[in-house]
Parts: sequence; C-alpha cells; structure tokens
Amino acid sequence: MESVFGLVGDGFAVVAADTSATSSILVHKSNEDKIMKLDSHKLLGASGEPGDRVQFTEYIQKNVHLYQFRNGIPLTTAAAANFTRGELATALRKNPYNVNLLMAGFDKDTGPSLYFIDYLATLHKVEKGAFGYGSFFCLSLMDRYYHSAMTLPEAIQLVDKCIMEIRSRLVVAPPNFLIKIVDKDGAREYAWRESIKEPELPALA
Amino acid sequence: MARYDRAITVFSPDGHLFQVEYALEAVRRGNAAVGVRGTDTVVLGVEKKSAPKLQDSRSVRKIVSLDDHIALACAGLKADARILINKARIECQSHKLTVEDPVTVEYITRYIAGLQQKYTQSGGVRPFGLSTLIIGFDPYNEKPALYQTDPSGTFSAWKANATGRNSNSTREFLEKNYKETSGQETVKLAIRALLEVVESGGKTIEIAVMTKEGLRQLEEAEIDALVAEIEAEKAAAEAAKKAPSKDAS
Repeated sequence: MESVFGLVGDGFAVVAADTSATSSILVHKSNEDKIMKLDSHKLLGASGEPGDRVQFTEYIQKNVHLYQFRNGIPLTTAAAANFTRGELATALRKNPYNVNLLMAGFDKDTGPSLYFIDYLATLHKVEKGAFGYGSFFCLSLMDRYYHSAMTLPEAIQLVDKCIMEIRSRLVVAPPNFLIKIVDKDGAREYAWRESIKEPELPALA
Repeated sequence: MARYDRAITVFSPDGHLFQVEYALEAVRRGNAAVGVRGTDTVVLGVEKKSAPKLQDSRSVRKIVSLDDHIALACAGLKADARILINKARIECQSHKLTVEDPVTVEYITRYIAGLQQKYTQSGGVRPFGLSTLIIGFDPYNEKPALYQTDPSGTFSAWKANATGRNSNSTREFLEKNYKETSGQETVKLAIRALLEVVESGGKTIEIAVMTKEGLRQLEEAEIDALVAEIEAEKAAAEAAKKAPSKDAS
C-alpha cells in the first residue's frame, strides 16, 4: 500500500513517498512525512512497518549527526548508505527491521546519488528505484521515460506521471504524496500532491 | 600525608582526596581558558601555546562542538578530554533520540560532571585531569549559558570564569571588569581577560563565539583586528588618564 520512489537528475536527486499512515483498514492520517532529512544534504525515504520505520530512521539520523560532530565533516552519501545497510544486516538475524529505504544525497565532489536498500539489507546504487505495490507501475514508467541528466521540471513531470499511475491503478491507492529534493543547496521539501485534504470546517455551534 | 594519596578511594584524616587535588594541579598547569556570558552571546577563549613549526595547527582544535548549540573548552590533560568529549557527544545524540529534544546546557554539564565524579569513587582508576568550560544556548528559552566542571565532579553556572594557567588572576580581572555586554563587546571582554596572561596576537589565542544561530570560530585575522582595537582602547584610556595631570602641572 505504501509507495516510495526516486530518481537522480542533473545535479539533484528526488524522492517521493506517499503520506498515509494506516493500520489494517483504518487510515490514521494522510499527511505523514516518511522522508527523513538525515543531514543538510541527505534524504532517507522509508516505507514499511511504521514502528520499525521511525525507530530505524531516527537511529540512523542520530548516528549520522554523531559522526559529523566526532570528525568535523559529514559522511558521504555512499558511506551513510553502507553504514545503514550494515545496521540492517546486523539486525537481520536477530530482530530484523521491516523497512525499505531509498537514500538520496548530494556530495560536493561526486554530485547526486541514490541508494536502494531493502529490508534484507540489499544495497544497490541506482539511477531510479521504487518500493511497494506502486513500484510495479513506477519502475515501468521510469524505464520508459527516464534518461540521464534530466532537468528538474522533466523529473517532476515523471514523478507526477508515477503518482497519477499509482492513484488510478492501485486498488488501495494512497491519496497524498510528498516530494523532496536534494541538490547542492541542500535537502528540502519540494511539493505536496494532495487529492484528499482535510477541509477547514467551522466549529459546530 | 603521603600515605593517603596513592589511591583515589582513600580519604586523608583531614578530609582530603589527594588524587583529586593532584588532578586540580594538572589543570592549573594546563593552558589558560576563559568563558564570558553576554546577553545574546557567549564566548570561549583558549590560549594556544606556540605550535612547533612542523605541526599542522588545524589538527589541534581546542574548542570543540558537542552539538549544534553546545561547545566546550578545557584546561588540563587533553587525552582525558577526548574521552569525555566523545561520551558527551554520544549523550547529546542519545538524548535527542530518546526524548526528541536537544540537551540543555545544564543537562550535558551535569552529565560530564557526573562522569568526572564517577572516576573519583571507583577502584583502580584515576580522576580525569581536566576542568571544562561549557557554553551554549538552551533550546527553547534561547538564553546563553556558561558552566564549569572540575576533576572532583562539581559544576556550577557562571557569568564569566577562567581555568587553567593563571586562572586566579584572570578571574580577578573578570570580577573587576565584568558588566552585562552583548555581541562584539562580549568577545572583546573575553580577549582582554586572556591577554592578561597570554602574549597578544591571533597566533596565540583561539576564540569561538556562540549565538543562537550557532558556533563560529574566529579567524586569525579577525582576532588580530580585535586585539588591535583593544590595544588602541587601552592606549586611549592611558592617554586620557595622563592628560588631566599634565594640565594640573
């Protein structure tokens, strides 16, 4: 039901995730931010068991910060991705985390990068990636329309195509999505795509 | 007396813990460090002993960040400092992980002081040979704070303080000259206090300024400029003092 996908463009990487927090047939909220900012230039989009997702991503974020204070410089995206994979792998045969991750980052010397890390601690450096039922649609769309060094408008257009496809073809499609980007100026929220918004109802007398 | 100073866990008959006092002696021989709190700024200054020519001075940072809003300087055994700083950095992140809030300056000071105390009451260990000056801004009330810890594990908050070499005379200077300052004036007060015991110049002083935006280490050129300003002010004050007596005679 949850969808996370992302791709690398010309000097930036974009990650999009749905924003629904569900428990069986109940939707708790539809504005849950599942893309964590690890540091100034890294994003970690996560999907999976909600408790595991928060627990694991916060743990990774604090350890990334600790590295920065200890060493005076931030981790590279590759180093952070490998550290994350290592933590998942260590936990795997004891008490595994049921979380799938897409880590996007921008390094001054190597530019933007995207890492696919699944719950079995598989690590791949990719140009485009997706998790969840939505991946069946996203990956095909991205195979068809992705090319290297896409501009930001082109990339967002492709992201929107993916969102539309998920909304129209998935039986329990999440209504709202959040798009974040990371480039030389840092990691930040780019846009929301909301098809269900809580209405501002006046209070009942 | 000598019989009671071998082990940390032994009181002397007159109530001294000699190992702790010897640790304070190690602090007294360490480099001078000064901290000054203003209304919107808090400053740390540390004496830099002249670096050997072949040493890369950038690898010797005397004022360190514990978190985005907390910094620490110390006087004493620098190797001991590394251990405390490492543990404090982990605690800053651990606190954020468990309660989703950054530490207050008092919390992390209490933590470091607690560590220092633990090592005065255990077998087979010696106390940490350093005193720390901890500065920072509390996360929600945005007030600057300055704390000091020492090898015995006591800590308290200060408006201005000094530790390390000649700390008594520096503290006297601060007591005589302290007033509520803000911004650049706080920085200049810290430099003036350090200049009492250190030869002047950007090469021998390291200064870090904490505002609610974060920590900034001053460049050598900036420090030189401020020192020049201070010298000029001193000269002007001297001239003003001499002038009236000239008229009288």
